[in-house]
Amino acid sequence: MFPELFDTAPLRRAIDDGLDWLIANWGGGFEAAAAPLQWTLNAIERGLLALPWWALIAVLAGLALMATRKPTLPLVVVAAMLALGVLELWEDALKTTALMLTATLGTIVVAIPVGVVMSGSAMIRRIVTPVLDLMQTMPSFVYLIPAVMVFGPGRVPAVLATMIYAAPPLMRLTDLGIRLVDPDVLEAGWSFGMTRGQRLVKIQVPLALPTIFAGINQATMMSLSMVVIASMIGAGGLGYQVLQGIGRLEVSRGLLAGLGIVALAIVFDRITQAFGRRLQRRLGVAETRP
Amino acid sequence: MSPVIDVREVTKIFGRNPERALALLRAGRGKPEIQAETGNVIGLDRVSLSVEAGEIFVVMGLSGSGKSTLIRHVNRLVDPTSGGIVVNGVDVMAMGAAGLRAYRRNTVSMVFQRFGLLPHRSVLDNVAFGLEVKGVGLDDRNAAARRWIETVGLAGYERSRPRQLSGGEQQRVGLARALAMDTPILLMDEAFSALDPLNRAQLQDELLALQHRLRKTILFITHDFDEALKLGTRIAVLRDGAVEQVGRPEEIVLHPATAHVAAFVRQVSRARAIPLAAVMERGAFAPYAASLPATARCEDALALFAAHAWIGVLDADGVPVGRVGVAAVLEALAQPAGRTP
Repeated sequence: MFPELFDTAPLRRAIDDGLDWLIANWGGGFEAAAAPLQWTLNAIERGLLALPWWALIAVLAGLALMATRKPTLPLVVVAAMLALGVLELWEDALKTTALMLTATLGTIVVAIPVGVVMSGSAMIRRIVTPVLDLMQTMPSFVYLIPAVMVFGPGRVPAVLATMIYAAPPLMRLTDLGIRLVDPDVLEAGWSFGMTRGQRLVKIQVPLALPTIFAGINQATMMSLSMVVIASMIGAGGLGYQVLQGIGRLEVSRGLLAGLGIVALAIVFDRITQAFGRRLQRRLGVAETRP
Repeated sequence: MSPVIDVREVTKIFGRNPERALALLRAGRGKPEIQAETGNVIGLDRVSLSVEAGEIFVVMGLSGSGKSTLIRHVNRLVDPTSGGIVVNGVDVMAMGAAGLRAYRRNTVSMVFQRFGLLPHRSVLDNVAFGLEVKGVGLDDRNAAARRWIETVGLAGYERSRPRQLSGGEQQRVGLARALAMDTPILLMDEAFSALDPLNRAQLQDELLALQHRLRKTILFITHDFDEALKLGTRIAVLRDGAVEQVGRPEEIVLHPATAHVAAFVRQVSRARAIPLAAVMERGAFAPYAASLPATARCEDALALFAAHAWIGVLDADGVPVGRVGVAAVLEALAQPAGRTP
């Protein structure tokens, strides 16, 4: 056994007391800060549930057609969505989709600016990278508990936990995409007297967009993979069905809901990937790099 | 007349510790020695040049001679380790960030060897890019861009993307983008070097025609001595970061100052390099049946010598100023290259 060097109990107590103090004094502030997430989630969920089923399928198939200009992907999307309906998972799937879209939107809003800042400074990158590693490897239950303590069980802590898990790849890919921008193009920009803001808006972001899009695709997929864990703190949706299936030893319920998650993953993964490829072709990335 | 671009004793040292390398360089130590001792590379060593208004000043040198570094000092894409750059009487080194932006937007524009076009934008939006950065409104900048696209011969390609164009066409976009800025000074960094010979020759001719009309002050960088002779009002030969010789094309061809310059001269056709002005006999003569302008090359005269013993020489206004004979031309062409008389 490793010898006990000192008593760690005071350390643990200090952490717990610190969190309690934080909640007692700042709990209201945290909840207010997270309110936009709640509104966004409610709005998306209400919107999705208000759409007739065929309209939603048509919208998704239309997006798929726009992204690929081929019939294959729209057909796959229609089949996946019909399967969700037939298996009586429609409402749960939409709740999960709303959760995933909210987490993805929140991730985009937070992660892209962080990625931009990282790309601009090697020192900030050196500081942020280990934090991102920590966010990705720390078991999500560890931060679910304080999140529930602060916000109470429900969907907001679920969205936040999902964002913590999904943000690192988008931050990394935004940083990478911007750093890979052709230095010749940047130099030409400087020679015409552009400002730093113009560099970001007119050159860096448009040229990094395919890579950023790959990050958004990753974020959506990671958000979906969090839904079962998120359902443990009251997120509802397909994840909750899986959880119930496990709890009641109802293999069928868990299996079908799990397949539902896979169907959603296929739909959103393929659509975002196709848009990413489309952007890449528009930039002619393959052709300009000999 | 004071020069438009005045490069004064510019020294550029690349590496971590330029101050120490600069001290060693001033103490007269050799470049390889300094590089071995400090790890710094000497890019330019006390380069001074003056470019006059309306001329095409060509800086010619091999790769590694520091010519691309030199041209980037003029719009301060590169800052010198020591020395100064004065443009139109204004010290470029004293400019703050905002002053430098204004200078780049209004006084100098640049054409790049590898084009530096924005791949996600159409030809029109690429040509309008500089004006957009400058804050010109959409309608005005598109109108200007369309005019310049037509000038460089790309009308009809406004909606194309750069990657759909050939190298020569892409560089026309780069040229139009720089011209659209309407700056008095144009910097061209090996602008035609990436192009195939036919395209290159065509763009050279077009640049000369444009320059005849626009009268800009052009600083042109090349590694191609033929190109330097064809375009240059004056030429500076750069080697290992130092100027070897500055002069008009014929001065360099007829009187190369160093063995390095002479080696270049041996590679070119002297008939194409030497203008009649350099070999003609000045004075008033009876009018000749065949005449050429003083700027015509010996090459142009050779064909006429089949039928005429003497050819009249005219100035820019067509007034006779002298004559050339077969003997003078042959003498100039036969002069052993690399040996100064």
